Amino acid sequence: MTVYQVTVNGQAKPIASEPDTPLLWVLRDEIGFRGTKFGCGMGLCGACTVHIDGVPTRSCQIAVADALGKAVTTIEGIGSADALHAVQQAWIAEQVPQCGYCQSGQIMAAVALLKTNPDPDDAAIDAAMDGHICRCGMYGRIRRAIKRAANGGQTAGQGAAA
Amino acid sequence: MNKWTRRGLLTAGVLTGGALVVGIAIRPGNRNAELSPLVAKDGEILVNTWIKISPDNRVTAIVPHAEMGQGVNTALGAMLADELDADWDKMSVEGAPAHAEYANHIIPRFFLAPNLRAPGMVEDTINGAFLQVSKAMEFQITGGSMSVRGTGEHGLRLAGAATREMLMRAAAAKWGVALAELRTDKSFVFHDKSRKSAPYASFAAEAAQHMPPAHPTLKKPSEYRLMGKPLPRLDIPAKVDGTAEFGIDVVVPDMKFAVVKAPPVWGVKIATMDAKAAEAMPGVVAVLDMGEFAAVVAGSYWQAKKALEAVTLTFTPTDADKVNSASIYALQAAALTRAQAGEEGDADRDEGDAAGAFQSAATKVEAEYRVPYLAHATMEPMNATAWVREGKCDIWAGVQNPLGTRGAAADVLDMDPDAVTVHNKLLGGGFGRRAKPDFTNQAALISAKIKAPVKLVWSREEDMAQDHYRQAVTSRFAGGLDARGRAVAWSNHYLDRHDPKESALIPYAIPNQYIGYTEAKTHVPFGAWRSVDHSHQGFFTESFVDELAHAAKADPYQYRRAMLTGLPRHIAVLDAAAKMAGWGTPLPKGQGRGIALVESFGTIVAQVALVEIADGAARVRSVWCAADPGFAVNPDGFAAQMESGIIYGLTAAMFGEITIENGAAVQSNFHDYEMIRMSTAPEIDVQIINSGATVGGGGEPGLPPIAPAVTNAIFAATGKRLRELPVRKAGALVA
Repeated sequence: MTVYQVTVNGQAKPIASEPDTPLLWVLRDEIGFRGTKFGCGMGLCGACTVHIDGVPTRSCQIAVADALGKAVTTIEGIGSADALHAVQQAWIAEQVPQCGYCQSGQIMAAVALLKTNPDPDDAAIDAAMDGHICRCGMYGRIRRAIKRAANGGQTAGQGAAA
Repeated sequence: MNKWTRRGLLTAGVLTGGALVVGIAIRPGNRNAELSPLVAKDGEILVNTWIKISPDNRVTAIVPHAEMGQGVNTALGAMLADELDADWDKMSVEGAPAHAEYANHIIPRFFLAPNLRAPGMVEDTINGAFLQVSKAMEFQITGGSMSVRGTGEHGLRLAGAATREMLMRAAAAKWGVALAELRTDKSFVFHDKSRKSAPYASFAAEAAQHMPPAHPTLKKPSEYRLMGKPLPRLDIPAKVDGTAEFGIDVVVPDMKFAVVKAPPVWGVKIATMDAKAAEAMPGVVAVLDMGEFAAVVAGSYWQAKKALEAVTLTFTPTDADKVNSASIYALQAAALTRAQAGEEGDADRDEGDAAGAFQSAATKVEAEYRVPYLAHATMEPMNATAWVREGKCDIWAGVQNPLGTRGAAADVLDMDPDAVTVHNKLLGGGFGRRAKPDFTNQAALISAKIKAPVKLVWSREEDMAQDHYRQAVTSRFAGGLDARGRAVAWSNHYLDRHDPKESALIPYAIPNQYIGYTEAKTHVPFGAWRSVDHSHQGFFTESFVDELAHAAKADPYQYRRAMLTGLPRHIAVLDAAAKMAGWGTPLPKGQGRGIALVESFGTIVAQVALVEIADGAARVRSVWCAADPGFAVNPDGFAAQMESGIIYGLTAAMFGEITIENGAAVQSNFHDYEMIRMSTAPEIDVQIINSGATVGGGGEPGLPPIAPAVTNAIFAATGKRLRELPVRKAGALVA
């Protein structure tokens, strides 16, 4: 089997999976970045969202071969428990996750949104986040968390946990 | 109660007031010797069944519930810690092992004998009996919105209080001082007179030798330090950095990957399987005809999935092949007609003379309501990892009933339950679905067949095709008003009662009521779906009472309010929601407000929805929710559960429908089973009323009022009464 490399979170990773394997399964089962989740397999729910060259992408819809030579970033690559990304901090401040399964994808979408639009209005948040299903229905908290992150971690509105 | 089903036990009977009963939850006898090997490690001392204390004075609560986003570990941990005066910053919460000793005897006891208080000796006998029942029923379930109000109120608070007393007794003995002179704070015991203090850990070993008191003293709300405060949830940090481990994330060395396909028509078997092409594909280990399903095992998920697509299957024919949604509704209509003629069915309530009062009513209103089947569609598709070898079985999965999962796997493997170990993981959504052991059984059977560890992951399509569905239901009403518009007759016939048994009952003081049900069995598998029968009964009853209000030319809020005789909590909740929503203030053309009130799982919830009709489409803009759970242990967590129930219920109300064609589910993924998303989610405002009544549930009660609040608002905006869900079926009205 051809062995080739994909760059994930800044590290070159040798890959043995068949080239048509969706990046999602390579990340999860071959490289071991399991924060990226499988939800629908059809690009309908957003749970598998990663960044490819900074662009939020459904990793269940892109073959690993198409990620060669590109920079893949997963939830594990944007922050860690010791050094959380501002979006992750806002997610905790607003107590966003319930079951938490969709949240890696939600956070990746929010990080990408704020990179291109540091002060998104509601319409921009709708447009960026509409591809992401949260079955626990935490959309209001996600919206508040995005605004909090955009606002340097502060909120004037109603916070969740004090 | 007709029969002892788990869910029935969870939800039997209407919860009515009553003083807090203490002393029911301490496990009989001192079982520490048996339990310690299961849960204690690294020098930890198990003080009683639910509490460990480590040498460095860390207190660990052992919680017999699954974490699926409801924040159960935080809420139950806080209840225990508060009564124990434990240091929250040095507190851990662990899931209980799936072992019969951790069968949840508190819940059956709570439901079957809520007000029973007996002397200590008898208490032990009673609790022993309930423990035996719970073990026999493999009862370790998370459902029925029971964790806080059952296990927390009647279990972990008592365990915390009892442990505190045991530690203080040990301290009094060691220091030779009076018990009454001791106080506790942040996991320390203090004797202020002699300026002595010591950590709990120094008394744990001595305390663990003694029987817990049967009636420990619980704190009054004014003494709470943790309960009632918005505590950040313990499970959240790992859910924002990708490290949270769900069932699907389990890795067992050298495991294979499996995918399955079961017959789309439920209840039949594989007739033929042509596996030749699949077996030749890369990585394929085995293609298995397992009778009730086909499985492909391969070196990776993708290899297995591609190979499954190359497998040709036929299924055994069945009469159910001809069943479709229309034929199911026709059966329901026939059954209801027979029930209305008195030929079949049972009554939930038969008071006065509903039929006679209807006949002589000044105004008569009749309506038929209908809801379709619903899938759970948890974000994490069903999955399980299993390893069967050397006469034992390990299962790793996120499940709502670990003990039941263990028993079911033991059954299909023909093993002793003690040979099966369930390692419960975080659940990527439960909503009732993960109480069923079908997927864990499949993983165990595949592993047994290939003699290797295997991770089974269902596709989204399999998840939707092989769910256990919220039932489709038709419900017929006849309501009568007197000349002044007051409701005098309420007659309701509906189908397929599951749980809670009181779901179709109404709180309104209508003198003549008949509420009854009958059956129209289908082959479509039933499963508890968030709030179960309340999910549709709320829609039916709160829509029809709205119809009566409009027939009486009355304000729907005031009309309800006037009929809430002797129910001050209901009135307070209804008033609060109306006030939050600015009920009665003028709205622009094309907008409407709808109100609904449902008590379920011990919590009373009223909601007002604001709907806007634009370009023929209904959009829910805002929802105001007032809820009285008696007391909200973690207010922010409770509010989040209300928000979640509203969105889950709104998805069903607006879009949710599993249709049946040729005996199988038509919908397959999120393109045809649509969800509320960011742009369609309303703003939600939640107000909690801590009335001090018996603590109610949180996970489900937010859901039942939303559908009728929305359709009542659509009526207010358009004059069009929607009697069938989802709203989208109304066609041009909504996009």
